[in-house]
This record gives sequence, C-alpha cells and structure tokens, in this order.
Amino acid sequence: MTRIQNRILFVIAVSCLAVGASRVSASDGPARSGAAQAADVSVTLCDGETVMSVPGLKPGEVLQPERAKEVAAQMLQSWRRSQGEERWAAWQRNVPLETAARSGGAEAAQAPPAAAQAAQPTKFTARDLQLWQREEKKWIDEGYKNYHSAKALGGTIGISCDMCHPDGSNTHPETYPKFQSQTKKVALLRDMINWCIENPLKGKPLAENDPVLRSVEAYILSTRKGTPLDPGKH
Amino acid sequence: MKDRYEQYLEKREEYFQRIQRLNRRDFIRASGVAAAGAAMSGALSPHSFQPVDVKAAGQSFRFAYISDSHLYERSLNERFVRSILKAVDDVNALDPQPDFVFYGGDLAQLGQPKELEEGAQILKALKAPVRMMVGEHDWYLDMGEAWRKHFGKDTYSFDHKGVHFVVLNSVIVEDYWTGPKLTPMERMLAMAQLDNPNGRPFTVGDAQRDWLRNDLAGVAVDTPVIVFSHSPLYKMYKKWNFWTDDAEQVQALLAKFKTVTVIHGHTHQMLTNKIGNIHFHGMLSTAWPWPYAPQGLPRLTVRMNRADPFDEFDGCGDGTVDVAGTGRVDKNFNFWSRNPLKVSAAYLDSDGLLSKPPRESDINY
Repeated sequence: MTRIQNRILFVIAVSCLAVGASRVSASDGPARSGAAQAADVSVTLCDGETVMSVPGLKPGEVLQPERAKEVAAQMLQSWRRSQGEERWAAWQRNVPLETAARSGGAEAAQAPPAAAQAAQPTKFTARDLQLWQREEKKWIDEGYKNYHSAKALGGTIGISCDMCHPDGSNTHPETYPKFQSQTKKVALLRDMINWCIENPLKGKPLAENDPVLRSVEAYILSTRKGTPLDPGKH
Repeated sequence: MKDRYEQYLEKREEYFQRIQRLNRRDFIRASGVAAAGAAMSGALSPHSFQPVDVKAAGQSFRFAYISDSHLYERSLNERFVRSILKAVDDVNALDPQPDFVFYGGDLAQLGQPKELEEGAQILKALKAPVRMMVGEHDWYLDMGEAWRKHFGKDTYSFDHKGVHFVVLNSVIVEDYWTGPKLTPMERMLAMAQLDNPNGRPFTVGDAQRDWLRNDLAGVAVDTPVIVFSHSPLYKMYKKWNFWTDDAEQVQALLAKFKTVTVIHGHTHQMLTNKIGNIHFHGMLSTAWPWPYAPQGLPRLTVRMNRADPFDEFDGCGDGTVDVAGTGRVDKNFNFWSRNPLKVSAAYLDSDGLLSKPPRESDINY
C-alpha cells in the first residue's frame, strides 16, 4: 500500500469515529462529480478488505474533511451491504470494551463473586482495540523487516541485527536507560541500536526521528512484552 | 559485604590452597597457562593450548577445530575473513601440531561459490590435514553442489588411532521451497535466518541414518566413536534449530557403543550435554557468538559469559579436542578475548560433580 493510501485510510478511519454509526445513513448520496478514472486513488476501509476508488481524487491530494466523511459513509454502506443486516446490527451496538472484557474473560473468573461491581462508562470499544492493534502491528512488522535487513539499516558489510540477536535476544531494552561502561555515558535503547548500526554493521547512525530507527525500537520492545522494566540493570 | 582487599586476600588464599592440591600433570598444565600468559604480553601469537597426557589403553591424541566462519566475499565483509585467518594462525601455531583440523560447517554465509572458494583457499594455509563438515549456510543456495566440488562428500567416516569418526550432514530439511517457487537465493536467505518463524527443523534423515547403521555395523562396541554434526544431535530449541528432529533415532544407533562423543557447530557457544552414555560438546564460532536459547539448555552446560559487543573477537574463538586412550574427550574452548576453558570428560562422567568449569558471571537476557 502506498503512503498516500495510508494517509487517506487514516483520514477515513478518523472520520468513521467522528461521524458515528448512527449518522452514517444520513449521508448516503454518492458524489458523481468526477467520473472514475484509472488515476483515481483507491481507499480501503478499516476492515482491511472493502476498497473503493474515490472519483476525482488524484495521488498526492488530501481529502477535505466533509468529503472524507462522505467517502467514509459510502464505504460503510458498502460494507453494510456486503455483511448483511445481522452483522450491521452488531456493528451498530458497538459494545464498550469494559462490558466485553467482563462478560466471561479470565479476569471475570478470578474476581470474587461479590465484586460484580458496576463499571464506569468507557467510550472505547473492542473495535477500537482492534484498530489500535492493527496500527501497532504495522510498526512492529516494519521493524521486524528492518531488523532483519542489513540494507534497510544502512549496513555495508552484510550484517543485520538478527545475526547476533535472534528474536531480539540479548537486546534487553528493559534495562535502559543505563550507564554504558564502554561509551562512558548513559544510553537509551536507540543509542545502542545506533551504536550497532555504526560499528558492527558499518553504517551511518540514524536520526532520532528516522522511521527505520523508530520501527526497530518498536520491534525490539515488542519481543520483550511482559518483561518488568529494570532501568540501570547490567 | 567484603571490601576489595578482603576479597583479594581470600582469592589469594584460595589460589595457594589450589596450588598445594595440584598433581604433577596439573602443575605442568598450570605452568603452561602461565607461559601462554607471558607470550601474550610479548609479540608472539597468543595461544594457550596445553598437551594433556592421559595414560590409558589406546593412544591419546589431539585434534583442533575451527567452525562457523560465515564468510562473505572479502570485498563485502573483511571482519569475518580476519576472524577465520586468526583461527588458522592459532592452529598453525600449535606445537606439537594437532593430528588434524576439523571444520564444523558454515564456512560460507550464503553458500555462494566465491565465498566457498575464499574459505577453501584460507583453509589451505593450515599445516595439519583438514576434515570438513557442511552447515546450512554452505548448502541451501545450490543444495551443496559448490561445497561438494571443493570438499567432497558431506557424509563420511574415517578411523584414526583406534577411534571411529563419523561426519554427518544434519541440516537436511523438508522441501518447503518448490511449492511457493522460491528462487535458490530466497531459499538460502530463509535458511540463513536463525529466527525465521517459517523455518523447518533440521534432520539427519532416513537415507543418512541407513548409511550410519551400515557404517557402524562393522565397528566393535568397545571402539570409541566420535560423531560430528553441524546441529546438536539432541533437542534444545526448535525455533532456532538448536535441534535435530530425528535426534533420538540417531542416538539409538549410537547407544550400543561404550564411548561416544558428539561434537557440533551451529550454536556458536559453549554447550555441554550428556544423554545416556553420549557426551555432547558445542564448538565456538570464529564470526560471532549466539545468545543462549531461551529454553532447553542442557543441565550440564556451563554457559559462557555474555559477549562484549565492543570487542569483535569476544565470545568467538576456536579450540582443540584431547582424545584420551579410552576414547573420552576433553573439549578445550580457546576464547580469543578471554581465558581458555576446558570441559573435561571427568566433568561429564561424574555428572557435573568433578572438574566443574567456572560459572558465568555476566548473565544472558
């Protein structure tokens, strides 16, 4: 997927949240202003499957908020048609996260019977969670690719991170910040990623905001999910 | 907490106690270590291999090993070339020379003809005869074609001073490339990625196990047997192929022999195991050390310290194997940036009670 498509998907995803399911049917009028051409940009719904091309939208253009809402509504309607009324009803119920978690999860099993306490309302739903997880996974997957590619990291001698640190082992991100005895200063994980890029990989250190660096950091952290933080540990 | 001076006194006391306990052989060995230490401070090539003089029925001898050099073409990566050259220098400096040098597999990084050619040229500089084993990095670009052209068969056996040696190709995996139409290089890259979640487990395979059964049929059960395999011939951690899927079947073929030792590459670290009567030892890599697998570590393994990434030779090295007249082996790890370590037959025979190697102090994560 191109970067443009990603950006539009994001706009639409935000619009989905802003418009809300109840008002979707109100803006049902498809805009027919520009005939669909090969050059029109395709957008994908947050289910990852429903695709439509936006008439008149050229690569590089950003949709205006009102227009984005229209497109989002159209796509939702298309999704509704493809899914049938039953799933549409479930979608509209938009079960809050708190209720979903309490209806029979491991948490519920552990809680004492007397603790059937009313939950405070939350605006987040299981669907939100799915969406966030998908976005997070994209980062980690990107990081995984970079971590395993000397080229992507700018290495010049064929060495990539995984050759010494399979599955993120011995990267111990949970121990940063710590005093790095060899460089004689306090280091963060990203400093050590850059150290590795510069030394064993014989590449150029990446800027702090470089997407490659950020994705590798995300991947390394993901391999240590659940490990207690222990800054300063040697 | 004891202060530094008290610690020093304690260590000093312990040292003198130990000296009193030394027998003649250990004394000679200890002096040898000291001599090697002296050599390190001079211009001599630093090595610290000590002859071990074991009196037993058969003939004792020693061979050296070099393993897992993962060579790229020199124009791309000089570091790994430097490392294997260092190992060749080490082995050539041994006096007396070992009976032979065993190469433990993964000479090349991506099995490319130029990588193998380069490796073959470098190994020609060894003074002692060389015995080769194949690793997955040598194999999966052309299924061993170039490797076999340079080094001959990937499965063979030989006898040396009363010991029967077997060399296996333990990196056989089921075909998972024809279906998705992977190119040879795609297949190679997939096999070269240790943490590839879509990898397949290594095996020795039916054909080679049949060959092994036949090969061992004519060998008397009291003949010592030493087997070389690239992957450990037991099951430790499948995800990284620190694992051989038909290990039990191979072990069963070896079980009738009184004295069996398996020496493997692939894991780039100190590894020690004992299953039934079989002793297992890992070899060091010249290129880089792997971290220990998160699970499955054999009980008798004394782990080596975590490597210092700021020292390109740390955790790497080569080594020697001292074969006693009984056929039992002492495995010497010649670390380039650390003191050498020995894992002795006595340690394994006593189930870890005697001659325990010093424990690690820098933990792995």
